[in-house]
Amino acid sequence: MSFIRKNLDKIKKPFEKGGKLEKFYPAFDAFETFLFVPNHTTKSGAHIRDAVDLKRTMVTVIIALIPALIYGIYNTGYQYFIQSGLDFTFLDAFLHGSYKILPMIAVSYAVGLAIEFGFAVYRGHQVNEGYLVTGLLIPMIMPVDMPLWMLAISVIFAVLIGKEAFGGTGMNILNPALTARAFAFFAYPTYMSGDKVWVSEASNIDGISGETILGALAGGQNIDYSSVQMFWGSIPGSIAETSTLFVLIGAVMLLYTGVASWRIMLGSLIGASFVGFLFNLWGANELMSFEWYNHLIVGGFAFGIVFMATDPVSAAQTQRGKWIYGLLIGALCILIRVFNPAYPEGVMLAILLMNVFAPTIDHYVIQSNINKRRKRWEKIKIQTV
Amino acid sequence: MSKDISIKNGANLALTGVASKEIKIAKDSSTVAIYPDDFFSLIPRMIVREGDRLKLGDPIFYDKNDEKIVIVSPASGIIKSIDRGEKRKILKVVIDVDGDEKVRHEINETLTKEKILSLLLASGSWPYIRQRPYNIIARTDKMPKAIFVSTHSTAPYDVDYDFLIKERLNDFQKGINVMSKIIGKPVTLTSSANKESIFSNINNVDIININGKHPSGNVSFQINKINPINMGEVIWVINPEDIANIGSFFNTGNFNPTRTVAVSGSSVKNPKYYKSQIGGKISSILSESDISNYKGNRYINGDPLTGNKVDFDGYIGYYNNIFSVIEEGNQYRMFGWLPFKDNHIPSFSRTSFSWLFSKNKKFNTNLNGEERAIVVTGEMEKFFPMDIYPMQLLKACMMQDIEKMEQLGIYEVIPEDFGLIDYSNTSKIEAQEIIKDGIQLMLKEVG
Repeated sequence: MSFIRKNLDKIKKPFEKGGKLEKFYPAFDAFETFLFVPNHTTKSGAHIRDAVDLKRTMVTVIIALIPALIYGIYNTGYQYFIQSGLDFTFLDAFLHGSYKILPMIAVSYAVGLAIEFGFAVYRGHQVNEGYLVTGLLIPMIMPVDMPLWMLAISVIFAVLIGKEAFGGTGMNILNPALTARAFAFFAYPTYMSGDKVWVSEASNIDGISGETILGALAGGQNIDYSSVQMFWGSIPGSIAETSTLFVLIGAVMLLYTGVASWRIMLGSLIGASFVGFLFNLWGANELMSFEWYNHLIVGGFAFGIVFMATDPVSAAQTQRGKWIYGLLIGALCILIRVFNPAYPEGVMLAILLMNVFAPTIDHYVIQSNINKRRKRWEKIKIQTV
Repeated sequence: MSKDISIKNGANLALTGVASKEIKIAKDSSTVAIYPDDFFSLIPRMIVREGDRLKLGDPIFYDKNDEKIVIVSPASGIIKSIDRGEKRKILKVVIDVDGDEKVRHEINETLTKEKILSLLLASGSWPYIRQRPYNIIARTDKMPKAIFVSTHSTAPYDVDYDFLIKERLNDFQKGINVMSKIIGKPVTLTSSANKESIFSNINNVDIININGKHPSGNVSFQINKINPINMGEVIWVINPEDIANIGSFFNTGNFNPTRTVAVSGSSVKNPKYYKSQIGGKISSILSESDISNYKGNRYINGDPLTGNKVDFDGYIGYYNNIFSVIEEGNQYRMFGWLPFKDNHIPSFSRTSFSWLFSKNKKFNTNLNGEERAIVVTGEMEKFFPMDIYPMQLLKACMMQDIEKMEQLGIYEVIPEDFGLIDYSNTSKIEAQEIIKDGIQLMLKEVG
């Protein structure tokens, strides 16, 4: 450790104040603080500080994503081999998935981090850790056959317009990962929906029908997947969203560590179950009579509410606001699924819409607090007059 | 009369090095000093010059904002130096202690409210009284709706006021008597619930027993639950030891600068209480041999969450009953940001297993990360048991939006209430500094 430290201190010289590469200090700093928690001590305020910091928080989210990612990699291969009727082993499936997905992750990180570093150097502030999570989320919610250049453009759009335009990490209105997906969804619809995009190589091989469950339902077809398959995740879909089980493992980690809000997750769950249940009672078409509990385990619902809706920056920020925000995401998701067959998956749009309304929700929650205080003041005024 | 209230939310920081209940008399200080920065927003105007001879109780400077408020000398001697910093700001006034002369005030048996007020001002005992909002020395033009004295203390290295006041109950009662005369009703005295207290026999007080973790010992949270402050109202807050000092003044006629400090901290070999005085030299309560590695420590007037950094050759502050010594944390930690790594560093977060380890923890001054934009939400409320949205209030202060600050409750908080938020927040936001600036702005714009 001291060897690395010594060398790092040597390399650091030109980046420090007055050095030749002073301008690039934020970039150097990002690498240095990746290796070492710095030796900075408290200057003002409390003299002691908690061990938690933003890096640790973000890395916790990444760790929580890994089970779903690994299953997503396997499932990509599994769907490919099953649909094409070839014999395969677990390793074959995993390798096929890795071959498809690792380049996507690499492109997402390379493009996104390049922009983040560029902005940090340009604005002279430190590189924030937010993109570590976003950069992994983006490929995880895309269809597997998306061309890499499309992914890169989606990333550029999300980081530039979705985030940096608002001032960077902590300031954005919309969840950046969903911004990327929504951009791709509307810019390249043929690559983002239909029955030829959800299974690896589906467009090149005849006979593969890789319709997602929700897509099939929206098209009025019957589905032949069991609830167990839906929960386990051996179904077509975006890369890492299919397995409710592995998403739940991540959810447990996020809830245990307190990194994600349980209010939002539970709120969404209640909202979706309730609306799903109401539609079951109505039952006018295939989608309406699709069991409410199955709604919770198909599509991106689980992934969305665990990893996207709980993004603290774009979610509601007050405790009561989080409940309302969660409930509405759940309810809207099912509403969109049922009423709008053009968008068989509603969770992305539901979360983005509520991202936009989150500040409004908070505004009313806080206003009620302000009013309570004002009433107390006015009561005193009347008494004293 | 007593009643119980509970203050939920919050957490106690269990640090190693709590002072044992043993009082030692501090060595005599050869010099004493006053830091004008101990008085929030006070602008000192010097009355004395270097070389002037002073008795204990002679005024040194007054407050430009309220000229009746004077700070008096805590010892008799000669002004050694008036240290100034940037823009000639006065950093400290140092006095060479010499002799034992005291300013004596005549105290008549019949104390009227007006007489009490003028004696408090003349004797220099007035600065013991601080007012809410803002935590400044009480303004002389506005009488309070209540007076709070809190003996329930929860800050790290908290002081046991039962132990500290035990020998001075007479003075304490006298102080309470004069204070309750000012407001014409009992003083509000808070004490810890579930504990036998020597204060239960004090007269002229409404005793309220508080149940709760830190920061329930901060008077802001108690006021908010018991008698919330509204726009335009004032509440006075006085430390228990200062009540005894005020009482002592009315018993003897002399200004009493007694300051007992719990010398605490993981670096102190035998942490215990020292009876010293305001402005006493730190070397009178601590010698190099009392602490391990005395150069690698931070010395703090106050507790580690809210105190002021001071040099080892500095002086005891005006108000603090705690003096803490903790290790400096200026070392690197490789991959220290990994969750569940370095569990010896205390953390409230479940991203660490530190809760599994020993209850009393060793802290140092490392920032454990770097300042970032506010990302995580809902974490500040956990340590802010008041019906106020702390993060939104902080943001209003950062934006200098006075109307919003007022609406969100700036009158009810002081910087120290954000100590635990400073400590615990993920983005390393300097919450106390932000609130301090916010209150300065309120004082300037609203008054």
